[in-house]
Amino acid sequence: MATEVFSGAEMVVKSLSALKVKYIFGYPGGSVLDIYDAIFQQDEIEHILVRHEQAATHMADGYSRATGEVGVVLATSGPGATNCVTGIATAYMDSIPMVVLAGQVASSLIGNDAFQETDIVGCTRPIIKHSFSCRSLADIPDAIAKAFYLASTGRPGPVVVELPKDILIPQNKAHFHINTDVTMRSYNPNVKGHPKQIRKAVKAINNAKKLVVYSGGGVVLSDSSELLTQLVETLKAPTTNTLMGLGGLSGTHKQFIGMLGMHGSLEANKAMANADVILALGVRFDDRVTNNVEKFCPNATIIHVDIDPTSISKTINAHIPVVGLLNVVMQQLLNELKAIEYTPDETALTQWWQQINLWRDRKSISYQQDNDQKIKPQRVVEALYKVTNGEAYVCSDVGQHQMFAAQYYPFSKPRQWINSGGAGTMGFGLPAAMGVKIAFPDKHVICITGDGSIQMNIQELSTCMQYNLPVVIVTLNNRSLGMVRQWQDMVYDGRHASSYMESLPDFIKLAEAYGHVGIKIDTLDELDDKLAQAFSIKNRLVFVDVLVDEKEHVYPMHIRTGAIDEMWLSKGVKA
Amino acid sequence: MRRILAILMENEPGSLSRIVGLFSQRAFNIESLTVAPTDDNTLSRMTIATRGDDKVLEQIVKQVNKLVDVLKITDITDRQHIERELLLVKVVAITEKSRTEVKRITDIFRGNIVDIGKQIYTIQLTGNADKLNAFIETLKHETEILESVRSGCVGIARGDKALRA
Ligand SMILES: Cc1ncc(C[n+]2csc(CCOP(=O)(O)OP(=O)(O)O)c2C)c(N)n1
Ligand SMILES: [Mg+2]
Repeated sequence: MATEVFSGAEMVVKSLSALKVKYIFGYPGGSVLDIYDAIFQQDEIEHILVRHEQAATHMADGYSRATGEVGVVLATSGPGATNCVTGIATAYMDSIPMVVLAGQVASSLIGNDAFQETDIVGCTRPIIKHSFSCRSLADIPDAIAKAFYLASTGRPGPVVVELPKDILIPQNKAHFHINTDVTMRSYNPNVKGHPKQIRKAVKAINNAKKLVVYSGGGVVLSDSSELLTQLVETLKAPTTNTLMGLGGLSGTHKQFIGMLGMHGSLEANKAMANADVILALGVRFDDRVTNNVEKFCPNATIIHVDIDPTSISKTINAHIPVVGLLNVVMQQLLNELKAIEYTPDETALTQWWQQINLWRDRKSISYQQDNDQKIKPQRVVEALYKVTNGEAYVCSDVGQHQMFAAQYYPFSKPRQWINSGGAGTMGFGLPAAMGVKIAFPDKHVICITGDGSIQMNIQELSTCMQYNLPVVIVTLNNRSLGMVRQWQDMVYDGRHASSYMESLPDFIKLAEAYGHVGIKIDTLDELDDKLAQAFSIKNRLVFVDVLVDEKEHVYPMHIRTGAIDEMWLSKGVKA
Repeated sequence: MRRILAILMENEPGSLSRIVGLFSQRAFNIESLTVAPTDDNTLSRMTIATRGDDKVLEQIVKQVNKLVDVLKITDITDRQHIERELLLVKVVAITEKSRTEVKRITDIFRGNIVDIGKQIYTIQLTGNADKLNAFIETLKHETEILESVRSGCVGIARGDKALRA
């Protein structure tokens, strides 16, 4: 019906439908009420009403991380939009595809400091992949289609679409047409790796005696986990995942040597430091990985594969850069390895693994738990692994509990581990878990959090009630901002400035006040049973408050300004 | 080292602020920046003069290229290229001597006096940055500079190759 005309608000909804959007996470306000009215009058897309716009962004983010789809957020102008900023930055740092639709005051008022006017395009400019300011009705479908295309291709990331009120109102109508098959002359991300670089990479691999595969979030985002597994099994090389890459290679794979970096395993960091060739796949040599860049892996030839050229040689110089989509480049590498009939040098490989096993034997990821002691946080994560068969989606907040989760829950699949790695945003965990639960209502979804982090978006317990999102929240309650406290112990002579929580709420009562179930775990002997009980409750959100030892530190830990393998293994013990 | 970057980008609202924002956000240096639409009105051409070592330059070029609005960026410094900048400068020219001197220097540098007041001359000069600097230094010896404005450099590579969409 080409003669039919639609308002801008209706076009927004029709565009989203055309792009197969199922959920919008948002919060209404003056400038976007027309969109809400349009959403109300259809039933293809469900809107999830959060309690704070930041949570909408994290929910959309969690939904995207678990499904690979673009997460969609809707917020009103001014404070609604600025509340999204932290969530946008979080998605940006971890390259998560997200589209944020932000209301704006009417075009005629822009620049006048009108009520609830904020330059959200300006505010978000450094933390987005791109943004669009719509100025007419006709801009809307085009901007939204491009936003989805940009968010989900190349190196993914958040895109903001600004929608002034006057182009949304029902008084203005126009024909609707959307072209979802977008091309842009200024945007053509590389797909295939350059054949010459592929040959160079394989040659370096072929000459390697101590090869390490260092794989990251890019492998998860590009759904290349199977290829990665195939590749590392061909190479027979030790493989480490970054915090963002956990699950890329299964945590239970025999070639997996643990996470690397600040709180990574000794064997992973040692292997990196001693490698002669590092095959870096979808990683960005973050400072939490490298430690002191001056001392970083001096003897290694670095092959760096990434979709984003800016990630290559930004902090660490790559000897063999390969720009391209990981799933494509890894297939190219496999083909080239086959072409040269690659087999690893058995003697060198045996020696290399012997060396690695010696480092492994130091059991750097371990802790001491006696029966009469307070519960160790690590023990809780291990218990969670057992009770969920290692199959749950684990969303975490930021702090010690996040590192314990990363260390003690071996993820066997990509997208199973969801955390704010690049930004380290406290308050991410609960809304992210909610986003995952919406996508996978039948799966166990855990939010491992801390007594500090959970309070940064605790209002979402109300959203969970409204939409029946029975996630399991497990608070490793150490009555302190544990990670801060750990640094204060190690760097500031134990002066605990503002790192403990002197007036924690009763989380059980709080959960109950929101209509959920609360379970408190105080002693080791009740841990397993009570966790089993928590996971046996279906269709109710369970808030498990576990009182853990507040003195526990996360080990191993990089020694500041040292090389990647210079680590504290425990208090006062260096590797 | 001083570098001249030629950038071709979509002529759209926000494009300029993205580039400028990128430079400040990543602590890259901008010595000068010029921008205007090209013969094709949908595109803008920008010339940025910047400073940095090879590693920094590599990042600048990659980061600018990554901006969705940008079609192309090239570093024209090491290639045969033409670089031009426009200078307008107002100087005191009261005495007969200063008037002749200013005129003489302007002629030597192939500038033009484009406006004359009771006590001032306004001079226009084009050239590369070195030439403009030298001109200003020479003028300073002869008279007082009241006001000066420079356009920042524009650059184009020599030869058959063209930076186009
Ligand atoms: C929004 C935000 N503010 C501050 C920080 C700095 N920070 C990192 S970890 C941490 C403590 C977290 O405490 P809690 O959630 O209780 O976790 P724990 O370390 O005790 O396990 C803080 C304050 C942060 N990462 N994010
Ligand atoms: Mg805590």
